[in-house]
Amino acid sequence: MERNITCIICPRGCPMTVKDVDGKLEVTGFSCPKGEKYAIDECTNPVRTVTSTVRVSNRKDTMVSVKTAAPVPKGKMMDVMALLRKTAVDAPVAIGQVVLTDVFGTEVVITKAID
Amino acid sequence: MNEHAIIVVGGGPAGMAAAIAAYDRGVTDVVILDREPHLGGILMQCIHNGFGLHKLGQELTGPEYAAVYERKVAERGIKVYYETTVTHVSPDRVVTAQSRQGILKFKAQAVILAMGCRERSRGALNICGSRPAGVYSAGTAQKLMNCEGYMVGKKVVILGSGDIGLIMARRMSLEGAKVEAVCELMPYSGGLTRNIVQCLEDFGIPLYLSTTVAQIHGDKRLEGVTIAQVDQRRQPIEETKRYIPCDTLLLSVGLIPENELTRACGIPMDPITNGALVDDTCQTAVPGIFACGNVLQVHDLVDYVSDEAERAGIGAADLVLGANAQGELVATKPGNGVRYVIPQNVRKAGQDVSLFLRVTQPFGKVKFTVTSGDQVLAVAKRLKAAPGEMEKITVKAEQLANVTEPIVVALEEL
Repeated sequence: MERNITCIICPRGCPMTVKDVDGKLEVTGFSCPKGEKYAIDECTNPVRTVTSTVRVSNRKDTMVSVKTAAPVPKGKMMDVMALLRKTAVDAPVAIGQVVLTDVFGTEVVITKAID
Repeated sequence: MNEHAIIVVGGGPAGMAAAIAAYDRGVTDVVILDREPHLGGILMQCIHNGFGLHKLGQELTGPEYAAVYERKVAERGIKVYYETTVTHVSPDRVVTAQSRQGILKFKAQAVILAMGCRERSRGALNICGSRPAGVYSAGTAQKLMNCEGYMVGKKVVILGSGDIGLIMARRMSLEGAKVEAVCELMPYSGGLTRNIVQCLEDFGIPLYLSTTVAQIHGDKRLEGVTIAQVDQRRQPIEETKRYIPCDTLLLSVGLIPENELTRACGIPMDPITNGALVDDTCQTAVPGIFACGNVLQVHDLVDYVSDEAERAGIGAADLVLGANAQGELVATKPGNGVRYVIPQNVRKAGQDVSLFLRVTQPFGKVKFTVTSGDQVLAVAKRLKAAPGEMEKITVKAEQLANVTEPIVVALEEL
């Protein structure tokens, strides 16, 4: 197995290659330890923070932005979206307010205040 | 006539940072005028994360980044005039604005312009075809989706691979739309690498370089677009034309600094940046009027907008306090491989000066050299340079002291 990964840790964007050598991942092309770790994480457990919106029930045509408090497994992004589609909140809401708990090991929190 | 020491036009990231910096420098009579009913500007619709990594050392969403500054504005008691649209700024710093109370007039000792930018629209591109519904600028679609909850389409083509286009490709995919393609006229993307990876590669969205939308089809609603590769003169190549059915076309084709007030004031402009000519305190050529943020130059990171706005706020406060730096102005000029340099003038005032610039095209390893006549003022090496990423080079005060010739920033490939 061999996979090319562009590092996104900093603007330098190192082109890295991850190889499976007898069950151990070997990374080449990185310039710092953060890059190496990112490459291995991308191959073993890629994660993403999901940012989206949920409806505000008591305001006309209003959405409020939310995010997962910590990154979730990349493959679960669409599952998070499906949960958010079924979720609504009532204003007022504050930044950091928890909207959903127990979402793939983290929470979904509000990122915009609405009075 | 309301009199204030400093008036800030615009309450986005630049306006807020400028007002806070001016206040903290000792000018407490500073007010912000904004046309919206809330502060934050464009950040309020940028719900994705990645803001604040440089400036605040944490990764925030747009509204969260804005909230950090909004709180600082409130803590200082800086007055904000909401839903107040500035319609004119005169060279003697009389600011006219339209509000719910009617027309307001203000007089200030210093004015800071922080109006931001707006998107280039379809009309500016001369794409042939019909005029159906379903063609949006990417930022308009972003506002409709993120603030009002209106899904703009199901099958999408995006023209332009700048960051807004990339962010919207992910956003639409997450909401269940199929993004068929992102087309980029240039042979490289103008977006940040992390956005190419996380917005396109994660969702398997193809990026077609040197490709444009040649025609728009559809009667009432968009039915499809013809895309085509372009030649070296960026003209569509007939044989490469290909039809893609879609109901939505998003345009992410550049931002234009919103400088109507600046031009009407007679402030001299830079034809490359489409922003005002400024010195190293962000003061324009009209004394007492400053410019910062995307109205001065389109930035890629809000963190740098905040930095620039702080320099403008400090500059304006120093002027009001009579503590502004004195000294001769020296012009800066872009040299080989450099598209523009800001500030366009620097003052020999015994202080280090930072120059901000963009390169003309993507480069590998480069060396920037800052010269004045025969004198080398600064050298900076980079592993790579791209038009989408602003460069900063600092010139030391002692290097600046003896300068008489214009300061030129040029690069050479290593």
